[in-house]
Amino acid sequence: MSDHNENAQRAATIAVLVENEAGVLARVIGLFSGRGYNIDSLTVAPVDEHGRLSRITIVTTGTEMVIEQIKAQLDRLVPVHKVSDLTLEGPHLSRELALIKVVASGEHRMEALRLADAFRARVVDATTESFVFEMTGSGEKLDAFINLMRPIGLAEVSRTGAVAIVRGTSSLRP
Amino acid sequence: MSPQTLPAASDTPILTGAEIVLRALKEQGVDVIFGYPGGAVLPIYDAIYQQNAIRHILVRHEQAAVHAAEGYARSTGKVGCVLVTSGPGATNAVTGLVDALLDSIPIVCLTGQVPTHLIGNDAFQEADTTGITRPATKHNYLVKRIGDLARTVHEAFYVARSGRPGPVVVDLPKDILIGKGPYTEAPKQEHRSYRPQVEPDAGQIRKAVAMLKAAKRPVVYAGGGVINAGPEASALLTKFVRMAGLPCTNTLMGLGAYPASDPQFLGMLGMHGTYEANLAMHGCDVMFNIGARFDDRVTGRLNAFAPNSLKIHADIDPSSINKNVKVEVPVVGDAAAILRAMIAAWEAEPVQQDRGAIASWWRQIDEWRGKKCLGYVQEGKILKPQHAVKRLYELTKESGRETFISTEVGQHQMWAAQYFGFEKPNRWMTSGGLGTMGYGLPAAMGVQVAHPDALCIDIAGEASILMNIQEMATLAQYRLPVKVFILNNQYMGMVRQWQELLHGGRYSESYSAALPDFVKLAESFHGTGMRVEAADDLDRVIREMIAIDGPVIVDCAVDERENVFPMIPSGAAHNEMLLAAGQEGGITGVTDEGKVLV
Repeated sequence: MSDHNENAQRAATIAVLVENEAGVLARVIGLFSGRGYNIDSLTVAPVDEHGRLSRITIVTTGTEMVIEQIKAQLDRLVPVHKVSDLTLEGPHLSRELALIKVVASGEHRMEALRLADAFRARVVDATTESFVFEMTGSGEKLDAFINLMRPIGLAEVSRTGAVAIVRGTSSLRP
Repeated sequence: MSPQTLPAASDTPILTGAEIVLRALKEQGVDVIFGYPGGAVLPIYDAIYQQNAIRHILVRHEQAAVHAAEGYARSTGKVGCVLVTSGPGATNAVTGLVDALLDSIPIVCLTGQVPTHLIGNDAFQEADTTGITRPATKHNYLVKRIGDLARTVHEAFYVARSGRPGPVVVDLPKDILIGKGPYTEAPKQEHRSYRPQVEPDAGQIRKAVAMLKAAKRPVVYAGGGVINAGPEASALLTKFVRMAGLPCTNTLMGLGAYPASDPQFLGMLGMHGTYEANLAMHGCDVMFNIGARFDDRVTGRLNAFAPNSLKIHADIDPSSINKNVKVEVPVVGDAAAILRAMIAAWEAEPVQQDRGAIASWWRQIDEWRGKKCLGYVQEGKILKPQHAVKRLYELTKESGRETFISTEVGQHQMWAAQYFGFEKPNRWMTSGGLGTMGYGLPAAMGVQVAHPDALCIDIAGEASILMNIQEMATLAQYRLPVKVFILNNQYMGMVRQWQELLHGGRYSESYSAALPDFVKLAESFHGTGMRVEAADDLDRVIREMIAIDGPVIVDCAVDERENVFPMIPSGAAHNEMLLAAGQEGGITGVTDEGKVLV
């Protein structure tokens, strides 16, 4: 393998099924900070009916060797059931939720609404001088909409980070 | 919700938390605990007082409790057990925990904690022990319900000893220890999420054997994982290496996994490894790494490490594979299971070894051996430290006693690794990964507790020994006849060596000023002190030391200017090894990039 390939960075979306116990998120985050890995985004919530399992979705970037390390290091944490690199698993869906506050008046308000309509963003709060839009989609789509809102009066953004799942019948089980 | 009491089924006994802890320890086979009491663990000490099954060794500092448990674990293959109080008890133990983490030593450390209702209130002697020890342990637990207590202690032992072993902390709030609850036995079923792979993949074994059997210049590089897999793994390694006629080198952690006196042994490899081991690594065409982790002390500059080789890496921890060095054939599993499978597959593999190529590889290795890289000249009255270790080795062997060696950290440690021969596993305890000064005396103490009749010697430096010297009192209290053999060159020798070679001979703060009189020091701790002033005193003093049935400190005045060679300077490759210092005493050609490395 050439040096160039070995140093090439790639993004990875990693799904981790963990025991829903105290400190498990701290273990995962501590692993990333302690070993100097990147976290582009991280989301976590319980996912089974008894609340015993949580699913963490981590978006990270690194060389192939670093991403393999991240997966191996995650997998050896005691409360971790399964680690899956969705980027390698094949086609997968990745979605993010954002709440976007725009403070604007006059023509700018109309423009914000028109763009929100085009992007399928929903108005979830409105005053005479502001809107809060709710929007779901890929990170790129959210970025595009947020960038368009900047000159119009973007005031505040709250984003969840990506959640992801593989397409088709296969599924991640403990 | 009250954490104190829980109703139990009629067949499960109701005990106090402290009783549950002791009963679980007993079920886990613990016969000795190294510890230090304090407010938060008083209930456990009360329970210890009322039983005889488990012995408690009172150390003089919590760090030493962990090192003693490490010595116990490394010399017996069992899990070492530690008990300390909350706050400073737990924080003092942290160095020992990280030491055990880096060297993969199975330890369960029970820490006291303030009662659950005070956690987070900055109570007296409160520390966030699980927070602090999370990156210092393989895993840790805070027990918040007495119903979880027995299960958690059992699980802690399972996690500590299985897979790649390591330290586990169980943090025990005082109300849990005082409250009452059910005792449950160790669960029989698998852990919900933690299931280390023990048996290797048969396909990977076949690939590894085919690659190794086709090699013209093979080398086996075996580490502490072989020792952690139990004595059978070392026996299998020896069988495999002899059967296949391969040269074998051991890491610092792996010494004893392959018999040092065997003609196929190349000695230790790495920064202060032998010429033949390092050049065999550099020149090999197939490398079989079993239970070692391509540590930076071993590889030197990564882009020049064994440049034309195919690599097989067998390890129980998948995260060790492809971490520093990319390998062609990864094999995940327990070292003994892997070696057993390798031996079977080797016999089944139809490919024949290229005998001619291997014979010429051995001729090349013998030529490298001809350099006699560990040669030194002992002349006159000034004792060479190498000679002191060599004679210690020969005279202990002559004594016929079962001998265990521990070390502190620095030059003396490397000389011990180079000049003391280990024929069997579990006889050598040294702080490899963390490099903890102050490790050796408490480790030897733990070994002696496990092996009361053996000869347990801490090869020490005069600087390191002062880091846990208080344990001399523990030796006296329990009549542990540990021998402390100090190579006293009046310098933090390894610091001085680097300052000499890399920092222009500016010996900043590395001189051991105001040293104690070690003879009087030994006497004040109820032991025997002896001094070796000149080379011709050495044998007599060593013989006397071996004969004394009690703790001894031997203070050997050695040549202050001696350095550890061979040496691969930081950032250099294996074939850029130095056999001795240059004329000017410094090393030339170490780049700043090299200098930033430790």
